Amino acid sequence: MHRAGDRLNSATLAKNFADDPPALGDRDAVIEAARCVFCYDAPCTRACPTDIDVPKFIRQILHDDALGAARTILDENVFGGSCARACPTEVLCEGVCVDRARGKAPVEIGRLQRYACDVADAAGVAFHEAGADTGRRVAIVGAGPAGLTCAYECRKRGHAATVFDASDVAGGLNTVGIAAYKISTAFALTEVARVERLGVDVRLGHAIDTDGLRDLLHDFDAVFVGVGLGRTRDLDIDGESLPGVVEALDFVRQTHTGPLADCTVGRRVVVIGGGNTAVDVATAAARLGAEEVTIAYRRGEAAMPAFRHEYERTQKDGIRWQWFARPTAIVERDGRAAGVAFVRTTPAEPGSRGGALADVPDSAFTLDADLVVKALGQAPHADWLTAIDGVAVDRGRVVVDPATGRTGAKKLWAGGDCITRGAEVVDAVQQGKIAARDIDRVLREEATR
Amino acid sequence: MSRPDLTTTFCGIRSPNPFWLASAPPTNSEYQVRRAFEAGWGGAVWKTLTHEPIVNVSSRYGAVDYDGRKVMGLNNIELITDRPLDVNLREIERVKRDFPDRALVVSLMVETNRDAWHDIVRQVEATGADGLELNFGCPHGMSERGMGSAVGQVPDYTTMIVEWVKEVATTPVLVKLTPNVTDVTAIGRAAAKGGADAVSLINTVNSIMGVDLDRLTPKPDVAGLGSHGGYCGPAVKPIALHMVSAIAGDPEIDLPVSGIGGVQAWQDAVEFMLLGASTVQVCTAVMHYGFRIVEHLVEGLERWMTEHGFMTTADFVGASVPRIKTWGDLDLNHAVVARIDQSTCIHCGLCYIACEDGCHQSIEKTPIAEADYTAGAAPDRVLRSGGHAIVTGGGDGIVNRYTIRESTCVGCNMCSLVCPVDGCITMHPVDNGKPPMTWNDYQAGLADGTIEPIEPPEHA
Repeated sequence: MHRAGDRLNSATLAKNFADDPPALGDRDAVIEAARCVFCYDAPCTRACPTDIDVPKFIRQILHDDALGAARTILDENVFGGSCARACPTEVLCEGVCVDRARGKAPVEIGRLQRYACDVADAAGVAFHEAGADTGRRVAIVGAGPAGLTCAYECRKRGHAATVFDASDVAGGLNTVGIAAYKISTAFALTEVARVERLGVDVRLGHAIDTDGLRDLLHDFDAVFVGVGLGRTRDLDIDGESLPGVVEALDFVRQTHTGPLADCTVGRRVVVIGGGNTAVDVATAAARLGAEEVTIAYRRGEAAMPAFRHEYERTQKDGIRWQWFARPTAIVERDGRAAGVAFVRTTPAEPGSRGGALADVPDSAFTLDADLVVKALGQAPHADWLTAIDGVAVDRGRVVVDPATGRTGAKKLWAGGDCITRGAEVVDAVQQGKIAARDIDRVLREEATR
Repeated sequence: MSRPDLTTTFCGIRSPNPFWLASAPPTNSEYQVRRAFEAGWGGAVWKTLTHEPIVNVSSRYGAVDYDGRKVMGLNNIELITDRPLDVNLREIERVKRDFPDRALVVSLMVETNRDAWHDIVRQVEATGADGLELNFGCPHGMSERGMGSAVGQVPDYTTMIVEWVKEVATTPVLVKLTPNVTDVTAIGRAAAKGGADAVSLINTVNSIMGVDLDRLTPKPDVAGLGSHGGYCGPAVKPIALHMVSAIAGDPEIDLPVSGIGGVQAWQDAVEFMLLGASTVQVCTAVMHYGFRIVEHLVEGLERWMTEHGFMTTADFVGASVPRIKTWGDLDLNHAVVARIDQSTCIHCGLCYIACEDGCHQSIEKTPIAEADYTAGAAPDRVLRSGGHAIVTGGGDGIVNRYTIRESTCVGCNMCSLVCPVDGCITMHPVDNGKPPMTWNDYQAGLADGTIEPIEPPEHA
């Protein structure tokens, strides 16, 4: 195991982690905006979880009004800049873009959105201000995109908002959990700052347990829970706790919190999983200078949860895939991980993509590795909430009314990954927005009663 | 099959093809006209000469961009030649000597004085140039000095100066007409009356290109001020086509026409020719892309002529002129309706909103479930990624289907014009069982009581 800086100089590392794709320049943005046919009842807007009026903001860019475009975006989505960078646009706005139906590449909506938000950031324009003080107070547990959006939208409506997070960094996975070449830490923190500028009180290093939540429900007029998910799932195989075996989120986090040169990376890296987090890890490892990076997935390519564009990114980065590979043990040498033992799998029912798997007899093989990264997805950690009367948790998901974000408990709303068991930043933002609207409605009704 | 012959004879002036350069910045000098002829241009009209060179300002040009595309229209406040007459004359003589097969016409503009016109005509003809083009069209600068469009806007002046020129000219005389008039045929008739051998049109359209929104200054900008200038380029082509066809279709003007105004592609040139132009003159496209574009013009015209079996340009020049009628001659009972090809529709909704807000509310928008849509859709409309199936044109679980309500469709074309997919929305004649009837027929029938009044159409 070694530091990235031992193999690559800082300039190379900086280049490897530069924004991918890069920002559009002014003229490029206008040319790209000109490609938009300006649909009516536009598919892209229908496909956006946060209902951004995409043709409108693209036309504003076309007509030299990037600030207006930024307002169109941020009115619906205070994390518009992050979503522009991290959204899987291929399966959202760009996926439904009508240009694809006539054999063209979709309009680069994500990059245009980023362009507009960047212009607004550079100009230091804050589009929103806190509403007139209502005297009502909302507590938010979790400073990720759901919680911060809820807090921002509450402040727009004049309610005090206090956000508690156990972490010492605000922004949740948006700040430290997404590949650094998609969202830089510095950028993610500018969006946190946008929320704080509206008077949101963010209290870091402040974990909330069941008793703490009861206190919040007592002390505040409304509480929103956006606590996300827990640790990465275990492999449940021998050798899992050896040095040299790490969790995906810890591996990605180091690329955000420390200098890239100080990041730990193996010479041969095996990533276990087949989703978008596995891709974030593998591409980060390759960009940190690993010689050989392999993603091992227990099913075939057709069942891979990673998006096509993420898969294509691994191809560009020279990452290998091992399909139908189930890990059976971490191989130990000198007290450290030295490889992963696998067995080949096959669908128990031939032709099935997602069903049960069977091991192929006599198919054991080993991949050498000095770094093994577990990327099986995060386990839910919502069960502690069931101690609150009325809160239901279904297979790890906090149960809410999707139209309002209300849990079954009085004064308690929830959103983000804890209600979905893992979705996109843009989904978390919308859930924070929906809850804030409902909280506002309820608090105003109480005030008039 | 033999190749078509593009050789053109225009009021006695021969050129190897009908593509001439208009009198404008690209024909300012021997250097440029040589390059043009080497590139293959059939003719050139030398930038307007006068006795004493004028003085120009800086800057001079302005352009209209349209949604990311550059120079849809161009304007200039440059004047006629700023080079001495004798220099120009020597250059013209040399170019004509070296390119005897090309048409070299010289544009002229002098004060409204018979002797001045006689003098310049004699000096220019001594160079061996093939003809003269009288610049009665420039709308800026010179017009304020009583020249250019100041002459071309008054039929009597036009006739008078053409007569003066014809008193001494031995080569053909073209009159270049301004579009900045209420009726171009009045000026065309005046030119014919004075004895002109041909007309060329249009000159530039009077214009202000825009205002800088930071400095509040007009464009183009001369030390914070501006002036109206001459507008040209693709944006003016429809105006030019109308005026060319009006001259070509006027029974009182029996003169060859050289068509000018926004020719970018060979198709534009063919349109001018079908509406009566024997030659076309080009400027803006050359200013934008250079002389090389003539290759595409020549090749495109040749191919089109071959496809249509035209062996010479005379075979089709003016062929569409008889089809330009007054509105009252059009058949009120002819009916077309739009149809949308669902297999190529991309579900952008542009036809729907154009019809709904701007036209006749005759397109239905029906949301259908993505699942129902994909069952019948081409496989390339569905993208599979990470366990998702994404439907192009979908979003939020639905795809909008757009269909024409033929019972109220008036056949206005608008939906087919805005549709981004060529051939997706087409117009189809419908048989309404009614015999042809023009507005003129209708008025006559109403007057003598043989026709019932037509019911107003149904609208939403």
